[in-house]
Amino acid sequence: MSNPLADMDKPDVFFCIGTNMTECHPVAATRIKKALKRGAKMIVADPRKIPLAGMADLHLPLRVGSDVALLLGMAHVIARDGLTDNSFIADRTKGGDEFLEHLKPFSPEWAAGITGLNPADIEQAARLYGRADRGAIYYTLGITEHICGVDNVQSLCNLALMTGNLGREGTGINPMRGQNNIQGAGDSGAVPANFPGFQPVNDPDCQKKFSKFYGREIDPVKGITKVTALNECGKSIHAMIINGENTVVSDPDRAHCQHALESLDHLVLIDIFRTETAELADIVLPATAWGETDGVCVNTERRVQRLRQAVPPQGEAKPDWWIVSQISQRLGIPGFEYESAKDVFNEVCGLSPIYAGLDWDRIENAEYQWPVPEIDHPGTPILHEGEFKNGRGLFSLVNYRDPAEVVDDDYPVWLTTGRRLQAYHTHTQTGRSAGIDYLLSEESLEVHPDDLTALHLTDGGFANLTSRRGTVKIRVRASDQSPPGTVFCSFSFNDVPVNILTGSGYDPITETAELKVCAVRVEPVEE
Amino acid sequence: MNATPEVQTETLTLDGEEVSFHEGETIYEISQRAGREVPTLCYDERLEAFGACRLCVVELEGTRNPVASCTTTAEAGMVVHTSTETIEKHRRTLLELVASENPDATIDPLRGFASQELNELLCKHDVQPGRFQGQLSGTSNNDDNPFILRDYDHCISCYRCVRVCAEQEGDYAITMMNRGFDKQITAEFNNRLKDSACTFCGQCVQTCPTGALGDRKAMRAESLPGKLEKTRSVCPYCGVGCQVDLLSKEDRLVGIQPAMDGPANEGALCIKGQFAFDFVQHDDRLTKPLVRGDDGELHEVDWNTALDRAAEGFRKVLEEHGRYAVYGIASGRAPNEAAYTMQKFIRAGFGTNQIDNCSRA
Repeated sequence: MSNPLADMDKPDVFFCIGTNMTECHPVAATRIKKALKRGAKMIVADPRKIPLAGMADLHLPLRVGSDVALLLGMAHVIARDGLTDNSFIADRTKGGDEFLEHLKPFSPEWAAGITGLNPADIEQAARLYGRADRGAIYYTLGITEHICGVDNVQSLCNLALMTGNLGREGTGINPMRGQNNIQGAGDSGAVPANFPGFQPVNDPDCQKKFSKFYGREIDPVKGITKVTALNECGKSIHAMIINGENTVVSDPDRAHCQHALESLDHLVLIDIFRTETAELADIVLPATAWGETDGVCVNTERRVQRLRQAVPPQGEAKPDWWIVSQISQRLGIPGFEYESAKDVFNEVCGLSPIYAGLDWDRIENAEYQWPVPEIDHPGTPILHEGEFKNGRGLFSLVNYRDPAEVVDDDYPVWLTTGRRLQAYHTHTQTGRSAGIDYLLSEESLEVHPDDLTALHLTDGGFANLTSRRGTVKIRVRASDQSPPGTVFCSFSFNDVPVNILTGSGYDPITETAELKVCAVRVEPVEE
Repeated sequence: MNATPEVQTETLTLDGEEVSFHEGETIYEISQRAGREVPTLCYDERLEAFGACRLCVVELEGTRNPVASCTTTAEAGMVVHTSTETIEKHRRTLLELVASENPDATIDPLRGFASQELNELLCKHDVQPGRFQGQLSGTSNNDDNPFILRDYDHCISCYRCVRVCAEQEGDYAITMMNRGFDKQITAEFNNRLKDSACTFCGQCVQTCPTGALGDRKAMRAESLPGKLEKTRSVCPYCGVGCQVDLLSKEDRLVGIQPAMDGPANEGALCIKGQFAFDFVQHDDRLTKPLVRGDDGELHEVDWNTALDRAAEGFRKVLEEHGRYAVYGIASGRAPNEAAYTMQKFIRAGFGTNQIDNCSRA
């Protein structure tokens, strides 16, 4: 997030797109609810009538995967009606003229043709956001899990740049991270392009620094992404170590994923449960769980916080860092003589400019949001104040593309997936917590009541959901939360393995899967 | 956080001492700041002041009756007494009235964060129930949900649950019905919480000052031996990073309470953070290393055997297929130290950047 969570009290206008915040980030949503009560306005763009849409001043139920068209249409109106922040564009950005020229053909009527929205609603959204003194954008995976995820994010940046809604309180571009430490995993260098602290592997200084510290030459070229690595299993990739991920259930195209892991010569899994993925591993190593582990995690607003051990580990479970260090030592890799999580974290702080002012003791009270470039620095709640990291904010000339898969005669229904309030991810934790099944005992397919008749389905009956990659049987639940022609379910239940169906395409830059769009056929089936 | 210091220009007299305040501050807030012990039951600093319990009354010179300090905005020149004989007598009578309405029972602190507030006040003011004879309030509600106990015999109609649900959570799932001794907190159509707008975030439970609302999951541990310990940590679910206190008794993790001063959540949690903690000590947890045998099955082994086998497999692949053939996937659910050592294993071990995490899934 460019801005802190506490800033959610401050915007005049919220623009929430592709974020089911009341279910996926409920506590953040309480801040929005409070802001609305004191008079803030909210635009919600989401194909489904999610609870947030019910609270919005304007709900834009766009067709799945048509976000770029909506955002171009809005930018067109903002430019056409003179709602741009011209001094911000002049002082802080680059490429503004080309961008404004680029927008000319993308009228709200054009955008309406692609998104299925009313052109007047697109105009209204543009004016609401464009006229806001403090306009803030919030998004989640509904933006990124598309073949055009990067285009979507850049389109949102364009909107913020052209209206000057960046680098100030109550504004910004704010992705809500979905996992407790997904931010920290990136911060810590577990990505193919960056060393810890987002230091590029192909930057000669960084490469030299880490090669020296780690005592061996490290390639100055990026590694492959996980998605490519799974494609390469049995070809160029022959051994894997997976830490705490139930890849088989969480990733798209389950059959492909399962086959990939089976093709490895050696698969080591570190986890807290014997997951579906563990069944494919050669070695399964029991890790300590949350509540049993001291450590550090970083939240969606870049706040660095301590996790603390409250109870002893179950059985012989060990901390992840200890397990990885033990394997490394056995392979003769130097530098793994850690005695505590503190040792590890302090090493990261010494290597990473964004944590340079931190250490284990200094984060005791969780008051720092990175970057914290030196000791005594107060941290950085708001990014891009005064200037951007790379000098000027760059406009991107984005164009609309269809999703990897569009509906046709054989697969006439859009499927989109997500989470539900009571279940988390592949349900390995919430599914093992007493009482959750009182509220959510099984997965079901949300089908608009109008579609029931057309598809010959009955509410409470079963359907076969078929994509080009497979079939899943699922209970049908009539709900006008999903629009006609689009169905929804979560990926949390292993007995409804919806990721058998997904995986039609990937963003060419990030290789993030298009989990939010998939063309399916829905047919009634006996229980 | 950039807290702008408030301009404090005006003053009033608090128990004979001149105290400055800023516009909009209440007498209660000023008293708290000045370290006075003013009791409350309906007060939660996150909520709008309500003035229902009347315990926070103070004497304000120039007014005939004592005023509720939580709803009285300070004005320059006010002369306030927070603890006089009359005020103390008044507070004691109020507490006796409250005590007589409720069954005399020990409330386990596992019921909720604020569950001891009434008991602590009764002890402090040495109040015994029974001075006033009368009806008991509330009827218990047979709500079968596994999370929230609704034991209205202990309800004192402070409205904190109703207000936290509306003001803090924005859900408006509960309200008050009837009057007098029949007064009752209720959900839509007097139904179960499950059939209401309730999201089971547990905020009502944690603000209840009497334990009328209780955390049913934590209460399962009431009979467990050992002292109740609290350990500050961060919720293991989404990326908001709500701070929590883990409740434990000896080796058992028994419940969760929100950290009222957590920077991301300021006392709020959702159903997952509040109630979905017991996976940690679930029987399904892996407790020993497993290694796949020649029979194709996973077998329990000791750590040394497992780690040797893990290392041996990487060594073999390195020899046969070269250093690019080894790949690491780190977790967005494990701490930084896990992700850092994973990337170091790949980079320092093989000199490649064949490492990623699960954010692309």
